[in-house]
Amino acid sequence: MYKILLCLRYLRTRYIALASIISVMLGVATMIVVNSVMSGFSGEMRERLHGILADVIVETSGIEGSHTADEDMAIVEQAAGQFIKAMTATVEVYGMMSFQYAGQYVTVPVTLIGIDPKGKAQVGPLVQYLDSYQEVVEDGVVTRPPLRSADEPPGWELTDAAKEYRKTWVEMQRWREDFNIEDRYGVGHEPPFHEVSPAGATDAPPFTSTEQAEEVITTSHSTAAEELDELTPEVPATDLASQGPEFETELPEFPDAFPPTDEEPIDPEDPFPARLYVGAGKISFPWRDPENEGKVKVHWMVRPGDDVKISTVSAVAGMPPEPRHFVATVVDVFKSGMSEYDAQLVFCNREELQKARGMIDPNTGKGSITSIQIKLKDYQHADEVIRRLQAAFPPGRYVVKTWEQKQGPLLAAVEIESAILNVLLFLIITVAGFGILAIFFMIVVEKTRDIGILKALGASSGGVMTIFLSYGLALGVVGSGVGVVIGLLFVRYINEIEEAITWLTGRKVFDETIYYFPTIPTHVEPGMVVGVALGAMIIAILASVLPARRAARLHPVEALRYE
Amino acid sequence: MTVDSTLHSEEAPSPRTLNMLEHHVRAVALEKSYLKGNHKIPVLRGVNVSIRKGEFLSIVGQSGSGKSTLLHLLGLLDSPNVGEIELQGKRIDDLPAHARDELRNRVFGFIFQFYHLLPELSLLENVLSPLMIRHGLREYLRHRREYRAAAREIIGRVGLDHRMKHKPSEMSGGEMQRAAIARALVARPQILLADEPTGNLDAQSGREVMDLLRRLNELEGLTIIMVTHDDSIARQAHRIVRLNEGRIEVLGDQASTRTG
Repeated sequence: MYKILLCLRYLRTRYIALASIISVMLGVATMIVVNSVMSGFSGEMRERLHGILADVIVETSGIEGSHTADEDMAIVEQAAGQFIKAMTATVEVYGMMSFQYAGQYVTVPVTLIGIDPKGKAQVGPLVQYLDSYQEVVEDGVVTRPPLRSADEPPGWELTDAAKEYRKTWVEMQRWREDFNIEDRYGVGHEPPFHEVSPAGATDAPPFTSTEQAEEVITTSHSTAAEELDELTPEVPATDLASQGPEFETELPEFPDAFPPTDEEPIDPEDPFPARLYVGAGKISFPWRDPENEGKVKVHWMVRPGDDVKISTVSAVAGMPPEPRHFVATVVDVFKSGMSEYDAQLVFCNREELQKARGMIDPNTGKGSITSIQIKLKDYQHADEVIRRLQAAFPPGRYVVKTWEQKQGPLLAAVEIESAILNVLLFLIITVAGFGILAIFFMIVVEKTRDIGILKALGASSGGVMTIFLSYGLALGVVGSGVGVVIGLLFVRYINEIEEAITWLTGRKVFDETIYYFPTIPTHVEPGMVVGVALGAMIIAILASVLPARRAARLHPVEALRYE
Repeated sequence: MTVDSTLHSEEAPSPRTLNMLEHHVRAVALEKSYLKGNHKIPVLRGVNVSIRKGEFLSIVGQSGSGKSTLLHLLGLLDSPNVGEIELQGKRIDDLPAHARDELRNRVFGFIFQFYHLLPELSLLENVLSPLMIRHGLREYLRHRREYRAAAREIIGRVGLDHRMKHKPSEMSGGEMQRAAIARALVARPQILLADEPTGNLDAQSGREVMDLLRRLNELEGLTIIMVTHDDSIARQAHRIVRLNEGRIEVLGDQASTRTG
């Protein structure tokens, strides 16, 4: 009884104990905040890393792909069909994308992924990463509503805005051609691919080099060939009445690069059959507007409605790879928030990519694929599915991986980072523990006489020790309790706090140009909170063991003599 | 508890009629020395003293004569190097720690020169503390009212009703010493050990405290062993033991001390 009474009294009357409570509290609060933010970051990061990756990916070892797509998918279905929610076949290949910006050609390396958007949307998030489905928010004000409604399935049609934009620049093109204006102006609005040298002609060879290639590329190669003849260097697209061959041979280049099919639009306002979703990272850059308080703005070098040129390699069965080029219209901008993907990926309609790479079998009309993306019903079965698929396919032909395995090193890095941080933070609490140790020794010294009195009144050594141990426990409980509350409140209002600090110091604490997140992501794991609180309590008790033993061992006579 | 009831009962025999051979507490050939650095400093060099039931004994001597040490040894606050302490004929100094703790709690009551009240606790809580120490949490809570009533009654007896909720720091020295006596009494001890109970008090307060002690001795038959360096205070006891350099110098009987 006296133990509890004294323990409570000491807690209320010793202000120095407040110091240890505060140190425990700060340690606990810090750990909770940092862990929540770390876990928020890593959760967000995992989500983004997972992002456009399907749960399980079956890839061919080479980029030439497999022409037995249907059979392969049947094998997958048979081997692990009960775990699979959806799958889609894709063609992945490295390539280059060229566009013109500020009067220069800009060529960037990209990963081309030929997808069927509806199938792709089933195996992973796609719609939420496409710009036309998002509203644009600036300073909390919606400056542009979504261009497409969320229930519209992803496709390859231009939005009205993009059509309008395309029309404008085609008009301007004509106008410029009409008036023979040298192209020496402006940024951003000039059409891509006006001729620098009569290079249009040089684009032809790949298609004429082998008849077979031509056959595969175009469904009506004879027409294409005729047009090809017509459309040699300075002659522009047929209905472009006015020509400025010396300076504008832009349009002829398109058919050159990719001979049009029957449905090939002649009207330059119509988009090309090859359509793209281009990752935002390659075609835009964040930019601080010095005239507008250094506000971060995104500058676009390519917009939906623009045409870009894609170069890649062919994958014609039985032939060595050849360079291939085609012009494609950008339909949408893809932004997943993972810079790795956004700066790398360009999605193309699968059919057109297969055509361009000569992957369509002339006999069967079926296209080859390089990977099958699989969405599982429950990701817990991933290991099982991997095992089954690896057994189902002959080794060497396909590589079966989960998205985590594909992103292994990065995920491991995040985990290690978070583990190291936790160790460091726990050291902070240990420091708090030593603070308790020191303060407790002080309190024991201060209370020496009282300990002597208690012993004279018949208290046992164990009883005296219990006072100080439960005192330590009480400090730990109060400290970690308050710490937990403060930590959770901090996490709850972390963005408001960030804003307040930004406002106070005038320096941006959390720069959204560095991270892709507009706000600081947090995730509170109850287990972590409990663990931290318990850990702090245990440390508080451990720190009070030594002083408590010292108190217990005090000799009553010496303690009483102490004045 | 049987001892308690006889002690506190109305029929308790007056000390003067007690059998002189009935030893209540006895010290046999006590030797005690302390180590100071490498030097062994002898404090008690063979002390024999026995205290009868209901006796009021004063131990006097100069500073450093070992009188406080003798008191501590008798009260089991310390253990002797050589010699024995007997309580009612049974050796108690070699008992295990928990048994000695219990004896300190139940049999001995302590009063100190500097009162030694717990500063965090109110007067009532201070007085209750021996009972709190004696009983576990559950038992204490079960008999809480009873204990508090007993504590209040004792506080009333030492005349501190009006100080019940006060902290020691809010009381005068005399009040604190009376509070300490109340604390010692609440455990219903058989023997009261007082270490310079008036040493820190003014004459008036000292007189009050001594009156209280004498009353307790005479009316309730409480055995009191009091250490003091003040002869006038010591003379209020039945008997005086004078210590000099760790030895008993004069063992005056009650008559001689009272008349002297």
